[in-house]
Amino acid sequence: MLYDELKDGGFLVVTVAIDKCADDARPWIEAAAPTHPSLIDTEHRFADLYGIVNVPTAIWIDEQGRFARPNHVAFGNDIFKELTGFDSAAYLDTVRAWVREGRGALTTEQVRAQQMRPSDAEQLARAEFGLAWHLHQRGEVAAAARHFARAGELSPDDFTIRRGSMPILGIDPMTSPEFLELYQEWTARGRPYYRPRS
Amino acid sequence: MRFTVIDEGRASEIEACVDGDAVRLADAALREALGWELKPEGLCKGGLCVPVRDRAALVHGDGIDLTALAALLGRPLALDAAARTAYLGASAGERGAQLASGLAPDVTLPDRDGRPHALAGFRGKKVLLIAYASW
Repeated sequence: MLYDELKDGGFLVVTVAIDKCADDARPWIEAAAPTHPSLIDTEHRFADLYGIVNVPTAIWIDEQGRFARPNHVAFGNDIFKELTGFDSAAYLDTVRAWVREGRGALTTEQVRAQQMRPSDAEQLARAEFGLAWHLHQRGEVAAAARHFARAGELSPDDFTIRRGSMPILGIDPMTSPEFLELYQEWTARGRPYYRPRS
Repeated sequence: MRFTVIDEGRASEIEACVDGDAVRLADAALREALGWELKPEGLCKGGLCVPVRDRAALVHGDGIDLTALAALLGRPLALDAAARTAYLGASAGERGAQLASGLAPDVTLPDRDGRPHALAGFRGKKVLLIAYASW
């Protein structure tokens, strides 16, 4: 694993699962037997602060806590290579070069140019999602469903909202007609965000 | 009657008057839930005061209007008056400025055993942060 290879060089892999509860992420965490910090963002605090709209999203942060590379699509394996064209071995080489030699770190200007900053509608969507999640946990399921739907209308390409709310609402996020519809709609718009850059 | 205000994830139970979609908070409730206070110079929190141009929209006989307050602060408000709950989020401007500063925001998240970890605690190392999900 990349982490084991590089950990003595002042490098850490930190994963954040954007899931409704720890149990959703647990099988994945346990299957991967992580030796790295493996965190869970049930409240979407991290997703909001970092502007996460889909997964997987990778972010490079340097020793001073500055972005060395902002949000980007990255896979650790080639499972989705056919679909995305993403070459994980080449990507992992760029991570190694950054960790070992500092190569590939962007300047703040370059980071800004690559960042997607949120719109008013997207931030309102996050507030609607926060309200929905609170109501759902309180047992007000019908009211919650209305606000999940409103959040999805406001930010139609945010999968942390639209796909992330499916398991909460008892909808299968992989095979349901609702997911298929979301996937087709998003594909028709050119798969926003999800365009591997390397 | 009781009303729940969630300020970027932090929930407070306060007293509020709800009339249709209008939610009005008494001064004490506003201070308790959101930390803001209405003063002659404007709406204040800590040392910061926001001038109130349209005082009539904000201040009513039964309290401070929550929707007008959110508009004044430029923050998104998700409101369900019937469920007596509202969520006040962070503005696009605030989030955008934070990201554009180049500094990774700090946030504390639990691991699978419930132990909290602050991202700022990883300073001094290069961090490859990976967001994923089971969905």
